[in-house]
Amino acid sequence: MTGRRITLTLASSLASVDRVEQTAEEMAQDAGLEEDARFGVTMAVREAAANAVFHGNEGDAARHITASFENNGRSLIFSVADQGKGLDPSTLPDPLAPENLLQGSGRGIFLIRSFMDEVHFKALHPGTEVTMIKHLNGAPTS
Amino acid sequence: MSMKLATRQIDGVTILDLSGRIVLGEGSVQLRDSIKELVNKGQKKILVNLGDVSYIDSSGLGELVSAYTTVKNAGGELKLLNLTKKVQDLLQITKLYTVFDIKDDEATAVAAFSAQ
Repeated sequence: MTGRRITLTLASSLASVDRVEQTAEEMAQDAGLEEDARFGVTMAVREAAANAVFHGNEGDAARHITASFENNGRSLIFSVADQGKGLDPSTLPDPLAPENLLQGSGRGIFLIRSFMDEVHFKALHPGTEVTMIKHLNGAPTS
Repeated sequence: MSMKLATRQIDGVTILDLSGRIVLGEGSVQLRDSIKELVNKGQKKILVNLGDVSYIDSSGLGELVSAYTTVKNAGGELKLLNLTKKVQDLLQITKLYTVFDIKDDEATAVAAFSAQ
């Protein structure tokens, strides 16, 4: 549905990660994304929510995450914000480097970047907001 | 749908039949505990059947990698069986297909262990 925007403020919990994923899936389905693109978008937003809850907020129940979902007719725009210490994405190790392939973690942001057309990080003081954009019909918004 | 896990034995190979979603939380923990239990029992030829796994997130991928290293460090081997297209794509994107020995036929996979 064009022009639709939803904002959720949720506790730092696994249930919130599931809720964000489900909302992203519904938004992607409403936008008519094909199955592969829908899968990628849903996974990216889930990864962002999981990062916000467990890395950003460190699972602290006193902190919340805020997730927003928007379809402006040209793109799906998702953002997830936490209240944590902040994240510098340039410091993240490359999960494809041979020395990192056998690491048990560190692939979340890489997957987000793989499945979305644009990914932006913003420092919130405190916290980090990640905005993920998927262009509809493969067309850039600008 | 949460993850379900069942084990069976064929010719000395333990086959883990997984179904559902391997994601952050219960599914990942269940897989980790099962692998540790098998290795502690001395079962070191492990074939993970992902044919009915509909979804894996980065945490699930991490658990598969950890399972691989746990078994390998114990002197055993872990292979993957029956990847769905989505899981196959994820392993391609993350280059993990270069880590795992991936099979699409159970009998061939079991024989590959037996040959060692």
